Amino acid sequence: MGVIASLPEAIAELVRDGATVALEGFTHLIPVAAGHEIIRQGRRDLTLVRMTPDIVYDQMIGAGCARKLVFSWAGNPGVGSLHRFRDAVQHGWPAPLEIEEHSHAGMANRYVAGASGLPFAVLRGYVGTDLPAQTETIKPITCPFTGEVLTAVPAVNPDVGIVHAQRADRAGNVQMWGITGVHKEVVLASRRSLVTVEEIVDELDPRPGAVILPSWAATHVVEVPGGAHPSYAMGYSERDNDYYVAWDAISRDREAFTAWLEEHVLRRVPIK
Amino acid sequence: MRERSERNHLAQRDLCLTPARSEARTGVSWTADEMMTVAAARALRDGARCFVGIGRPSTAANLARRTHAPNLVLIYESGTIGAKPAKLPLSIGDGMLAETADAVVSVPEIFNYWLQPGRVDVGFLGAAQIDRYGNINTTVIGDDYRDPAVRLPGAGGAPEIAASCREVIVIVKHSRRTFVERVDFVTSVGYGSGPGDRARLGLTGRGPVLVITDLGVLEPDPETAELTLTQVHPGVDPVRAIEATGWPLAVAPSPRVTPDPGAAELSALRQLERQD
Repeated sequence: MGVIASLPEAIAELVRDGATVALEGFTHLIPVAAGHEIIRQGRRDLTLVRMTPDIVYDQMIGAGCARKLVFSWAGNPGVGSLHRFRDAVQHGWPAPLEIEEHSHAGMANRYVAGASGLPFAVLRGYVGTDLPAQTETIKPITCPFTGEVLTAVPAVNPDVGIVHAQRADRAGNVQMWGITGVHKEVVLASRRSLVTVEEIVDELDPRPGAVILPSWAATHVVEVPGGAHPSYAMGYSERDNDYYVAWDAISRDREAFTAWLEEHVLRRVPIK
Repeated sequence: MRERSERNHLAQRDLCLTPARSEARTGVSWTADEMMTVAAARALRDGARCFVGIGRPSTAANLARRTHAPNLVLIYESGTIGAKPAKLPLSIGDGMLAETADAVVSVPEIFNYWLQPGRVDVGFLGAAQIDRYGNINTTVIGDDYRDPAVRLPGAGGAPEIAASCREVIVIVKHSRRTFVERVDFVTSVGYGSGPGDRARLGLTGRGPVLVITDLGVLEPDPETAELTLTQVHPGVDPVRAIEATGWPLAVAPSPRVTPDPGAAELSALRQLERQD
């Protein structure tokens, strides 16, 4: 529990081949550095869970980490499609990718059920769409009180949940603010968890609307300044939009992607 | 058959790629894209609570807020309610949305407390394919979900936005590739297979009330629920919309003509897009 020294140590301890791993961040506070460390450690056969797989999941899929993807929207936000994801689904490169596809409302509720210690969640959703025919984890359920037919989705309880946040104190209490998406839910739903933070401070001064995760709620906290790059970290950094735009061309081509991965992730040459 | 599809393809290219500029009586010229965004912005009444995605919906909603609808409530699925961005956000995670919002809530809360019970007036959606009953596909192109010709991003918030917002407005460019007889995959339900389907499915919102394109506006027929061309943008012959639609498009007896974009609308739109 609490703060540990390094990202490589935390990933090595938490993420094993074949595990179910969720990196969350609803286009804000995305734990990109943690994703890159998983690539560097060569993890394989992961079931990757994320509402909005974007660049970091495109990279992990293209690097061959994933066996399965559980998601609700897979794209390069504000730019277009994810070409490594597409290549895996359409052509099985570098490995076939099984998919389990939901809507945002469904995925959000699966995390809520997971965090709540419940086996499933209930929502009004998916009715009339073609998703239930393709996704086994969407089923009708009858309300025992009114007889109304609603939709049930099972809890998600990842082996490891990973998020990025703004700050933590030395005891490992985490403070995050702005758009916090499903950060709290994924940490509480996961068996073990990792929070990377922009900085570790002596004392957390109160902030309006901030979400606090007490130190005992997360397994490990690691200081990783810039760990959300190229996404936003409100109060610390803006989105590096050029990176998102450039990713479109890099990711379209297998060779360009492989060269990029070698240079910027495996050999860690900083972007720019 | 092949020849025919090639011809359609060419017609499509002509419709979409010609940099059609029109000229208002004021002497200001505009593009078909700008006309589409202006028409979409005008469809939003002041004070409405509007669920918006990034791209054209966000541009149109922010244009409305800068012109006739200063009290429009912009809701982004990232959990920002009443966002008042000073420029177009690059994504739904933009800190500017959180800083200017009336409230910032979690993603489960935005869907469960705010969208699901019908508290949102208008849902604004795009589409990769849309059919004659306003059903939307953003999932896969091709007959086989497991082996798609093109894998698209997927559902995101759209299925529940289409189900639960009081009404839905779709913004999409007009082409035969997009306006198809039947969508390859129903990601978000419009009118299903016709009148009565929404009620049968228990969907609480009215469904798509306007489909705004670069050529005109389609509305569901009150009897058949079939999308019908009711309005064309200035200088557009209804035949062009018919040619850009993959089913025999019904046309209202005398389609209205969209009023030209005003100078104030165009300057506000261009200022927004420059900042982008």
